[in-house]
Amino acid sequence: MNFPLLRTEGLTKSFTLHLRGGLRLPVLDGVDLSVEAGQCVVLSGPSGVGKSTLLRSLYGNYRADTGRILVRHLGRTVDIASADPRAILAVRHHTMGYVSQFLRVVPRVPALDIVAEALIGRGPSPDEARETAAALLLSLNIPRRMHAIPPATFSGGEQQRVNLARGFIAGHPILLLDEPTASLDADNRAVVVRMIQEAKARGTAIVAICHDLDVRDQIADRLFPVAPIREAA
Amino acid sequence: MNDDPILSARGLTLFFGVIPALIDVDMDLWPGEILAIVGESGSGKTTLLNVLSGLLRPQSGIVSYRDPEGGTHDVHAMAAPLLRTLQRSGWGFVHQDPKRSLRMNVSAGGNVGERLMAQGARHYGDIRARALDWLTQVEIDADRIDDLPRTFSGGMLQRLQIARTLVTHPRLVFMDEPTGGLDVSVQARLLDLIRSLVARLGVAVVLVTHDIAVARLLGHRIAVMQRGHVVETGLTDQVLDDPRHPYTQLLVSSVLQA
Repeated sequence: MNFPLLRTEGLTKSFTLHLRGGLRLPVLDGVDLSVEAGQCVVLSGPSGVGKSTLLRSLYGNYRADTGRILVRHLGRTVDIASADPRAILAVRHHTMGYVSQFLRVVPRVPALDIVAEALIGRGPSPDEARETAAALLLSLNIPRRMHAIPPATFSGGEQQRVNLARGFIAGHPILLLDEPTASLDADNRAVVVRMIQEAKARGTAIVAICHDLDVRDQIADRLFPVAPIREAA
Repeated sequence: MNDDPILSARGLTLFFGVIPALIDVDMDLWPGEILAIVGESGSGKTTLLNVLSGLLRPQSGIVSYRDPEGGTHDVHAMAAPLLRTLQRSGWGFVHQDPKRSLRMNVSAGGNVGERLMAQGARHYGDIRARALDWLTQVEIDADRIDDLPRTFSGGMLQRLQIARTLVTHPRLVFMDEPTGGLDVSVQARLLDLIRSLVARLGVAVVLVTHDIAVARLLGHRIAVMQRGHVVETGLTDQVLDDPRHPYTQLLVSSVLQA
């Protein structure tokens, strides 16, 4: 299984700030990244160099200027950089999951339902989805009494664990992780490291941003340096 | 797969006097999808909704609706009785002011049951049971079924309107600022309700809102309007997180952080 599930070719991304007189900020220039099944690639480089921009571009959250983002999706190859919105939503549903740095949810929805919802429409019945979600939350040390509470009142670390449970529950073949352990204590970091290793063993291709060197060493097969762009004169 | 849009518009143009309300607007909506239309007051959002739903005729352009059997209809060339039937059962409308579609002198249960009767339901017991089921689904207490809507709060009226709209399982729903004018706490509850009901029923929705947060929460895709033009369109999170058009950038950067 050493074919790439995710590959970029000449990916270029800049931002044009119209409210700042059309100021153009180049961020990515000709990025060629390739991630195989069962492999975890950690993006490296100092803050502000464009790691999150790259990760968001892979997910189709940011729109690439030029280049291709090729994803193996249900036996076909889809170019996220040129796919229409519905095709991107299908890739996100079946193939590519994303765990953001911060949980963003609908107010009023209990933690359990936020996690279980990611399984609905993939086969399991709502009850089965809730059971799986509860087990995953428990393994991330979110006790049962908190499952019925909307996570708006949770601590940062608790919210992040709900976010991780939601991201991991569906077993997407490709996972994008933005600082998955940033706000976690040592015990929970170890749980997340184990989840990532188990996902890799199942053949999941992972791209992560991770500043914690200890965690990075445990999950990374390879570092991918994101290089700063030299400003044109 | 649902590869044909349920609703398509091409080249919609409409002027009110010299004021452009719509200029060459194209739009597609697929089954089960929520399309959010955002923009400031006067940008043409509600006009677009009214033209798409056949309430207002464009000066040029075409709106086509695809029925469940796969036949397509030019909405503005359809025979009036056919369009009315569609508007009464196959389509639904959720207005900002629920009083526009509710009948205030008919009980809550009657308001919901009336849509079923318009569709041909005649058995009183069935109609009442389904009305009751829908009141529960929108979280209105069963013992309020015989109360008049004028005894309801604003949030309850809006939920009653949603029950009345969805009871006939429409394939296509037009929503105009469905949470406008409600308290924030009531709004959050209603948004969650709309989101889960729409997902479960697989309804296609055109949602007009000036509230970017509502669009982000509900919309699969988004269209940004300014002075009658659709200036930017795409995946909701893409357009809001990586806006390209100067007007979208202004809109997104003007949102207050709570």
